[in-house]
Amino acid sequence: MQKTMIETEGLTKVFTLPAEEIVAVDGVDLKIAEGDFVSLMGPSGSGKTTLLDLLGCLDSISSGRLTVFGQDVSQVGEDDLVAVRRGRIGFVFQEFLLLPELTAIENVELPITFARMPRDRGRALGLLEKVGLGGRANHLPKELSGGERQRVAIARSLAASPSLLLADEPTGNLDTANSREIWSVFERLNGQDGLTIIVATHDEKLGSRADRVVHLVDGRITG
Amino acid sequence: MRLFLLALKTLRRKKIRSALTIGGVAIAVAVLVSLLGFDAGYQEALRNDIDRMGYQVLVTAKGCPYEAATLMLKGGGGLRYMEQEVYDKITADERIDQITPQLVATVFDSQRDGGRGGIAMYMGIMDSYMKLKPWVEFQSGDWFSGEDADEAIMGYEVAELEQRSVGDKIFISGIDKVFTVVGIFERTGTQDDGVIFLPLETAQAAFELAGRITGIGIKLKQIGDLAAFEEDLYDEPGIQVVSMAQVKGTIFNLMSSAKLLANSIATVAILIAIIGVMNTILMSVFERTKQIGVMKALGASKMDVFKIIWMETTLICLIGGVIGCVLALAGGSLVEHVLKQILPYAPSGRLVVISPLLLAVSLIGAVVTGLVAGLYPASRAASMRPVQAIRSGE
Repeated sequence: MQKTMIETEGLTKVFTLPAEEIVAVDGVDLKIAEGDFVSLMGPSGSGKTTLLDLLGCLDSISSGRLTVFGQDVSQVGEDDLVAVRRGRIGFVFQEFLLLPELTAIENVELPITFARMPRDRGRALGLLEKVGLGGRANHLPKELSGGERQRVAIARSLAASPSLLLADEPTGNLDTANSREIWSVFERLNGQDGLTIIVATHDEKLGSRADRVVHLVDGRITG
Repeated sequence: MRLFLLALKTLRRKKIRSALTIGGVAIAVAVLVSLLGFDAGYQEALRNDIDRMGYQVLVTAKGCPYEAATLMLKGGGGLRYMEQEVYDKITADERIDQITPQLVATVFDSQRDGGRGGIAMYMGIMDSYMKLKPWVEFQSGDWFSGEDADEAIMGYEVAELEQRSVGDKIFISGIDKVFTVVGIFERTGTQDDGVIFLPLETAQAAFELAGRITGIGIKLKQIGDLAAFEEDLYDEPGIQVVSMAQVKGTIFNLMSSAKLLANSIATVAILIAIIGVMNTILMSVFERTKQIGVMKALGASKMDVFKIIWMETTLICLIGGVIGCVLALAGGSLVEHVLKQILPYAPSGRLVVISPLLLAVSLIGAVVTGLVAGLYPASRAASMRPVQAIRSGE
């Protein structure tokens, strides 16, 4: 039996707007074990991104319980969540979100800096090689294709040696070939390195390749 | 990847914007350095000018004492005259160490300043003049051969300007007389450098001012006697006593209102620069909202984000400060030229003195300004919530 990495009970996130309240995540009960490869699937507005934000300790929860790495973070304020996620959770975004003024390798080095780890160019280069971009380390993001940028973003998410990788629509801005390539990278990271991965995606075909598929509709798990 | 490098690279990416902001800071710093340099230089130059006159007390004809003193320093028209008898009368006073009468006359010379015309200043003196100024030496030639000789001694600069040497004849256009140059003084760094000296009696005759003088310079044996000495002279009719200490004070006072204006301008320039820097950084923070969110998602703490933005601001001010100092150093002579044109009284010598200390203080000031201007944008960036920041604009 694998160790539980994330556990939620009645996890709820409510956004209060001037005119209404939006329940983005509504009483989610979920268990993710170490080494899982989970895809979160559902239509737009189903709460995939919000759930990912909560699981990744990027945002505070409204009610329910959330335990990450065995630590109950339900009551942890936003300022302290950074300590929970730093060096343990890596993020990949749909729009890659590389810092445009930094080269590929400098982007990869950022989390190492923020985690106060000693500067390690060799490790950053190794990660770029792992995603097949060893030769493009000194290129700026604008000199890279969409698929390459996303691979740099994946290398960056791994820089601080996280044990959990969260990806929000990582193939949303990519063509089919690049999407498949990115997905293969995830599968390698999960299969070879035992990295726990949760991917929110629209893509039925790719999403169904994960070990486990969680379907969300209106913030609730439907299967 | 260090945070500092990240800040530097961000600035480099927005080249034009960074350059404009840095330019604003540079101009503000240059203005400040020039003004403070002027402040220091002017005081020093004026002190030097007055101290090197060699006398502590100036006796002049009644009138505005400071106008008289300024005229003595600088020359110009509108001089008042007094009787030479006064000189004869007070010269016996035992408290006096040195005393010398002077007659200043000015003539408009159409040949001066390369044909543009200008005021030529003549001063009738006696040999006692040299005793008051023991540091004055002859570059060439010697003293007048007699008290009524048609001879002239030229100040260093005027001789240089008119390319005169000993033995030359000079023609004074206003009075249609010719004098022979018998001596040229070494440079003294005072107004004397621009004056043509004549024997007192010769000057009195040439300018049709027989028995008249414009002033008497006096140096006392004991500086402590100054107050009592001045007091005694107040009883003399038709004259007034001006102590050079007073003149110094008055000119400084006159300058203080100009200084206030200049300092206000500098303050405004600095305020505009601060607001400009703040605006630039704030815009850059808002533009980079997503990136700041990403940095936070990647593990950057509030403090990390704060530091990055703060460093950007400080870098702008530091670079601007350095350029401003260079501008002030390079433009110092231009500023000096302009100031000499507009000031009511400009002493000779360097008016704008930019010391290493002044540069250091200005640079530190620029950096501190950057630190202050960066506080708000940096705290705005630091307090952004990662999720909202990343999803902004979607």
